[in-house]
Amino acid sequence: MPVAFAFSELGQQVVSGLASGSIYASLALALVIIHRSTGVINFAQGEMAMFATYIAWTLDVNHGFPFWGAFFATLAISFLGGVVIQRTVIAPIQRSSVLTIVIVTIGLILILNGLATWIWTGEVRAFDSPFPTRTVDIGGVAVSLQDVGTFGVVLAFVIALWAFFRFTKVGLALRASALNPDASRLVGVRVGWMLALGWGLAAMLGAVAGMLAAPTVFLDPQMMQAILLYAFAAAILGGIDSPVGAIVGGLLLGVGLNLIGTYAKLDVWFIHIDLTAAELRLPLALLIILAVLLVRPAGLLGRPEVKRV
Amino acid sequence: MSQRLPSRTASIVALFVAATAIVLILPGFVSEFRAQQLAYVGIYLIALTGLNILTGYTGQISLGHGAFMAVGAYTTAILISDQGLSIGGHTFANDLKDVWTIPLAALVAGIAGFLFGVPALRLSGLYLALATFAIAVSAPAVFKKFETFTGGGTGINLFGIKGLTGSISGVHVFGHKLAFYDWLYYLSWTIALVLLAVAWFLLRGRIGRAFRAVRDSESAAASSGVSLATYKTLAFAISAAYAGVAGALYAIANTYVNPDTFPITLSIFLLVGVVVGGLGTLSGLIVGAVLVQFLPLWSQEVSKSPGAPAVVYGVILIAIMLALPGGVAGLLRRVRPLARRLYTRPR
Repeated sequence: MPVAFAFSELGQQVVSGLASGSIYASLALALVIIHRSTGVINFAQGEMAMFATYIAWTLDVNHGFPFWGAFFATLAISFLGGVVIQRTVIAPIQRSSVLTIVIVTIGLILILNGLATWIWTGEVRAFDSPFPTRTVDIGGVAVSLQDVGTFGVVLAFVIALWAFFRFTKVGLALRASALNPDASRLVGVRVGWMLALGWGLAAMLGAVAGMLAAPTVFLDPQMMQAILLYAFAAAILGGIDSPVGAIVGGLLLGVGLNLIGTYAKLDVWFIHIDLTAAELRLPLALLIILAVLLVRPAGLLGRPEVKRV
Repeated sequence: MSQRLPSRTASIVALFVAATAIVLILPGFVSEFRAQQLAYVGIYLIALTGLNILTGYTGQISLGHGAFMAVGAYTTAILISDQGLSIGGHTFANDLKDVWTIPLAALVAGIAGFLFGVPALRLSGLYLALATFAIAVSAPAVFKKFETFTGGGTGINLFGIKGLTGSISGVHVFGHKLAFYDWLYYLSWTIALVLLAVAWFLLRGRIGRAFRAVRDSESAAASSGVSLATYKTLAFAISAAYAGVAGALYAIANTYVNPDTFPITLSIFLLVGVVVGGLGTLSGLIVGAVLVQFLPLWSQEVSKSPGAPAVVYGVILIAIMLALPGGVAGLLRRVRPLARRLYTRPR
């Protein structure tokens, strides 16, 4: 198997895999937060992130916000948006069938995607990165500062979120209402608002993913479709109920897809397998979703679902 | 009960005959352009019927029916194209007439549906939605990848080739000369009506009962002897075969296929069509099919923006789910007793 192997290339692929993986991880974490608290898989998570990224772009380009100003303003707007969506559209159907919930989030996809096209046209736009595209040399590996920055921002967010859930009273109430809504209500937790808060936090995480992804995938209404699929794969891989799993799954997926894209070429005797084509990234994610659901539906770090009949 | 059933059947047959009559004479009153649009309505009706068998009757969500349509469309396109595609040493060049590829498209898509139905047995609810969504998102990439068969991103052109009936010179049927789009109209509506009747026969009997049992409660169905594996995979296969026929007709009507002909939005619009028509009913589906075809045009009245149709679809979808979960058929069902009471009120 003649493979031109270079350590520096491997290192580079791993680093950029960690960067894209951290974007998948933050969107996957958003999916997990919503699934844990409301039992819904939010198909519109990607479109919510896309819409938020457009808001950041408008603030930056049309209203003269500096990048980080636009970034944090967008997070606040996204948070409100998530809360409003949960209160107006999701809450009324919370107890309906799975089909109803899926269809409503699909409806949200259509509305957000259509609105973005309506307001900002479908034109592909450039989105500035706050980090330089320059690379630095670390131990023979050329590391892009943008990758480091992306990874760092997601890391900071995850730590902040963890601290919020772990150390604040609201975080405790949130966890309680996800675990046992009835008991939480009895002890005075306003469960309805806690669920809305969960949606707000998820929308915020999605916005982070969107704004970090936009400099590389460019800004257009379809930008998050593929990333949402990777986030699904990451969440399923790590376990749809496990926040740590979502992060581990995202990073594994980012690195794994990069490595497959570089090295998965087998050319011995009569066996020719070439998985390096860029078109195969999405189908590979699909395969991962199917394989995990079939072999280990709970994912790497999730707990098996037990249903009472 | 014994009184009511035959009369219900009779009214359905009467409705079907009336629909056939309308379908038959309609092209005499509309332009060729309108005939083309109505042909697409027929095509969507086929796809919606298939999706409703799966989602409405058996309770298995599919967000990926556009992908099964694509399988049917590519089957037809590859078989009739004159690009000289070569598979296993055989070169296809004008081998078949388009019409004869439709059953093959149904078969290939049906097999694809069956093959997906087997792993889907272990997925339920949200996970099935997720897996089918993943199929719809990744399908275009797969079609792009296998260039030798599918022509990659450029796709396959069918216009003007020998295998495509009447795209240039029109068609002679029973001594009548039909323009291309009138021919398409009759072709798709004939198939649509036949397949609708087939679906009705299928769903009113043993199979339909089993499907509904699976939908209403899997545990109850299994404990009354309905094999979940058999009926779920059967529903997937039948449903995908319907989508395959619709895809084949779409390829013929469009005279062109490429990976972007079947985006994720198509799968979503199909789901919207079924929900609007009414999950688990056949009568309302025509409204859904009309909506899938014409709503993008109507919504241009609201705004010329290409984003407008999606917004309108989305609002309709959510509004129906919140206010009218039975769709159009459900609305009719609610209105009918009311109308009867008004009608029989002593004067």
